[in-house]
This record gives sequence, structure tokens and C-alpha cells, in this order.
Amino acid sequence: MARFRTWAVIALAGAVSLSLTGCSSTGGKRAEDARKAAAAQGRAAVNTPRWTFAMITHSGDGDTFWDIVQSGARQAAVKDNINFLYSHDDQAQQQAQLVDAAVDKKVDGIIVTLAKPDAMKAAVARAEKAGIPVITVNSGSEESKAFGALAHIGQDETIAGEAVGDELNQRGRKKALCVLHEQGNVGHEQRCDGVAKTFKGTLQKLYVNGTDMPDVQSAIEAKLQADKSIDSVVTLGAPYADTAVKAKGDAGSKAEIDTFDLNAKVAAELKDGTLGFAVDQQPYLQGYEAVDLLWAYKYNADVLGGGRPVLTGPQIITKDQAAALAAYTERGTR
Amino acid sequence: MDKAVDERILQTSPLKKLLARPELGSVVGALAVFGVFAFAADGFLHAASLSTVLYASSTIGIMAVPVALLMIGGEFDLSAGVLVTSSALVSSMFSYQMTANTWVGVGVSLLVTLAIGAFNGFMLTRTKLPSFIITLGTFLMLTGLNLGFTKLIDGTVSTKTIGDMEGFPSAHAVFASTFTIGGVGFKVTILWWLALVAVASWILLRTRAGNWIFAVGGNEDAARAVGVPVARTKTGLYMGVAFGAWISGQHLLFSFDSVQSGEGVGNELIYIIAAVIGGCLITGGYGSAIGSAVGALLFGMTSKGIVFAEWNPDWFKFFLGAMLLLATLLNAWVKKRAEATT
Repeated sequence: MARFRTWAVIALAGAVSLSLTGCSSTGGKRAEDARKAAAAQGRAAVNTPRWTFAMITHSGDGDTFWDIVQSGARQAAVKDNINFLYSHDDQAQQQAQLVDAAVDKKVDGIIVTLAKPDAMKAAVARAEKAGIPVITVNSGSEESKAFGALAHIGQDETIAGEAVGDELNQRGRKKALCVLHEQGNVGHEQRCDGVAKTFKGTLQKLYVNGTDMPDVQSAIEAKLQADKSIDSVVTLGAPYADTAVKAKGDAGSKAEIDTFDLNAKVAAELKDGTLGFAVDQQPYLQGYEAVDLLWAYKYNADVLGGGRPVLTGPQIITKDQAAALAAYTERGTR
Repeated sequence: MDKAVDERILQTSPLKKLLARPELGSVVGALAVFGVFAFAADGFLHAASLSTVLYASSTIGIMAVPVALLMIGGEFDLSAGVLVTSSALVSSMFSYQMTANTWVGVGVSLLVTLAIGAFNGFMLTRTKLPSFIITLGTFLMLTGLNLGFTKLIDGTVSTKTIGDMEGFPSAHAVFASTFTIGGVGFKVTILWWLALVAVASWILLRTRAGNWIFAVGGNEDAARAVGVPVARTKTGLYMGVAFGAWISGQHLLFSFDSVQSGEGVGNELIYIIAAVIGGCLITGGYGSAIGSAVGALLFGMTSKGIVFAEWNPDWFKFFLGAMLLLATLLNAWVKKRAEATT
């Protein structure tokens, strides 16, 4: 034990002295702080009662996309004087139970995603019966109205895929690869199918293990080596775009990398031409609009869309728009 | 010779010695899978393709080596997959938040990661609970900590890029660079992997610690009775896994600049599978480091070979499972034959 303590002291002393001497004069938090403009400190803009809204999504742990949805919802909640509750579970049954829990809590409004509609049907019906208004976001545009939701805010995955197909045609692409990072995700399949629908060339699918980046990289690399005629790679999530860029470099391929969704890195790589284009469904808007619309309904009985989904995308982003968006991706709202 | 000869001084032929090696079955399996893809996949035999396969194998193999040692020592580590991510996150966030040279983060990460390994070992030897429970607890806690800390410190679920910070180029060179042989690029992780296999084999076969590992895995009480420091050996093995996680984590960080906090879940099974295919017994006391490398190679070849062969991706997981099952069966069959002849 004594020997262990000596080692611990030496290790701690080493760590402290290292961190005192080994400062970086580039990058890091200091640079970020310097960059950061005085961000507006959020406070309520209305004096309506403090209603409680619950948002329940099908997100897995640590998903960048859902983090942005959440940040949009939270900012709208602050502005609208809303007590905002967020929960998520990628298992449909668990997600339905979370909705049940929100109904039991008698919240004033529920925002829910319908990635696996059948599993959510009963829970949504229960909310309706309890008189709690429900808004669906992101996925479930077809089921939303039938389930009795006030409105649906999101992107139609097939339409987004079609937009990518059109863009690929415009760029004169002949053979594209659709990289799916979650096998069995309905939305992912719809995106790739959408691309295949409008794309005049041939489209191949590649399934990769999204929780293991080296695996993603080597799989894309292998595919590009196996088929030299692939001239564009479409990834379905922002973090995978950069990995595809690395795979392309190692495979010595000339393919253009395009992606769904945005993040800081994608914005930077669009700007310097490493990536061709990104198709954004504006997740911030999905969270923000959902909370705002629930507020407007409670306050003013307003609804949006007239029973049809309100689309937040697709927005095709290329080099020209990327520069303007970089600052927003840095702060995690685009 | 009709006189009875003591079996201990019996001369065994080199062939029989070879057949008794734990990794033999997996070598045969690997050759079979290699043959299948060499035949079925165009371009699988190109040097560039083999480099890709080796890279995929090395990222599994770096972890499979210490995991195999741990299994020979009779224990499991379910936290190994997320520990890789934790290690990368600590390194990245420490450098970024302190605006420190990235090597500082790398050093701090090594200490933290080893401490988590030591925690696993300490809990195991003190509580006497099964390693399955202890490391399942660590696995869940780390998964939560990875996400919670990243969100708390960075505000989002992935870390900020450290690609523009001092020390990044040299750290990148050590953990994530590519070297060229005959015009083909190979990842540096392959070297790390080979070095780990060499060191682990030396420890297992040539040192007293190696004997201890086999002893505690074979029969813990008997080992303790003859004076083997069981607790120290097991804690050391968990710290070995942590060391592997540190190398993998730094590779993850320096090749992709930023780290997704949700990554790594499920990889622990892949490491264990690689070790088992490579001839490690799930019950402990038997196995080899080279075997784990062959297991990792088999996994790398199968997962990438399917892509090279351009088989229908809808069936990807099925092919993977069937290949692995076949390889393991072949492995078991060869081992049985080998044991029958000695």
C-alpha cells in the first residue's frame, strides 16, 4: 500500500508539472473563449404561465444530431417560459414508456418522434385521451395526423434523399455509394432509397458499424479499393463524412464525399472544398419550432401545416453557404 | 521399446509440438478464410487491400492481446470497449480545456486509464465478486461518464477538435500516422499491434509473471497455495487491458481529431471473440497472445473481405456470423485432433 501511495504522489506531481509547463499556444479552450462573442443570455420573453413540456425522442446516447434538436428546444423553452423536460431511448418500447410517464406526470404538452410508429401509437393515443396536445417531430410524417397529433415538424427522409440524387446528377456523377451507419434504421433506408429514386447513375449501399470509427474508415476504404469506378460517397451523418474523407485519401480514390447533416468540421471541409455538399434538415429548427408551436397552441390555439407536415429541410449547403454557417456549427446550433 | 518411459522425458516431434499450440486451429481457420476471399473477391490480394485488412485487424488486435492475457488469467473485461473511448475523451478534453500541449493530455489520459484498470482489478480482488459483475458495472458507469462529462465540459456530445494544437503533429505521428513500404501505405497501429503481441508473448512464455498468469487462470486456489500473488497478477492484467485501451484511444483521437462520446459500446465483445477464436479458453488457463492476433486478423479479413467480395450488404452480419462460427468450429476440430495425437 505504501508503495502504491508513493507511485500515486509521483504520478500526480508529474501530471501537475506537465500541465503547468506544457501549454499550447494554438487552439484549445483559450482560443475558443477568445473567439466567443458575448452570447445573449437567454431569459423569458413572455409572461404566460410556466407550462411543462416533455420531449421524448428515439435518440441513442451521445448523438450529435439530437443534441442540436435539444438545444433548439431548450432555447425556445427559455424564451417561452417553459419548463422543458427531455428524455430519450433508442428502444421503441422504452420510448413508449417514457411517453406514458410524461402523461402520468400530467405535463402540458408532449413532443415525440415516431421512428417506430407502431410502438408509439398507444402511448400517443393515451396522451390525446388525457387532453395533452402532442406534436411529432423529425420522423413519422405519415402517421402523425392519423395518430391525432397537432402537427408534424421535420424533414421527409425520402424527399431529402431525392434532393441528394438531383444534386449528384447536376454534378455529373455516375456511381455513388450510400454509407449506412445503423443497420435496420428505417430513416436511413428511406434516405438511400430517395437518392436511388432520382439519381441517374448506379447507387450501392454499404453498411458500417457506426459506433466504431476505425471500422467505418476501413470499410469505406475497402469498398473504394474494390470498386475504383465509384465517383461519389454519400454518408448519412456528419461525423462519418470526415472519416470517409480519410478513407478516400488512404484508398487513393478520387470520389467526392457528400453528406447528410452538418457539424463544425463538415462546415469547415465544405468551405475548403474537401466535401462536395451537405444536405441539412436543420435539427435546431425541429426542436425550436416544436416547443414554440406548443406554446402558441396553449396561448392562442394556433396550429401549423393544416394537417400536413411542416418541412424543415432539405437544404443543400455547398461551399458558398458554408462560410456563413461555420460560426453556428461551432456553437452547436447548426 | 517395451520398457515404460516416464512421459516427462519422452521426446516429442516438432510436428506434435506445433499441433499442441493453442493458436493452431485459428491459423488453419484464418488460412481458410484467406483462401475464400482470395478466390471470391477481386483485388483482395492487392497490397493496398491487404493494408486495409491489416489496419482493420490491428485496431481490434491491439485490444485483443491484453484481453487474451486477461482471459488466460481467468477473468473478463466488459468495460474494455468504452474504456477506449474514455481514454480518448480524457486526452482530448484535458488538452483542450487546459489549452495544453496535446502530449500533456496523452500523459494524463494514460494515468486515468491505468487507474480505471487498477480500479477493476482492485474491486475484483477485494470483493471476490465475479469479473462479469464488476466490469459490467464499470462498463455502465464509463458509458454514463463519457456522455455526462463530455456534455458538461464541451457542451455537445462530441469533443472539440484539437487538430490545431501544439503537439498534435508529433502525437499524430506516433499514434495515427501511415508509413510506406513499396508504395503502399500502412497504418502505424499495425506496428503497435505487432509490438504488443511480441511483448505479451515474451511475458507469457519467458517470465515469472507469465507463469503466474497461467497459474491464476488454471486454478486460483492452487496458485495461491504455491505462493503466486493472485491479487497483484489480476490487477496487473486489468491494467494491461487499460494500457491497450490507452493506445487504441489515442489512435482514435489523433486520427479523427475529435471523439464521439457514444462510441465503443459493443467492441468489448469483438475483443473477446478475437481472443476466443485465437484459442483462449473462456474458463481461463489456456491460450496465447499470437492466437489473439490471428483471431483479430480473422475478424478483420472477414469484415473487410465481405466488402471486397461485394456480397449483398443486407446479409453482411449473417456472413460475418457464419464465417466466425465456421472458423471457430474448425479451430475446435483441429485442437481436438491435435490433442488426440499427442
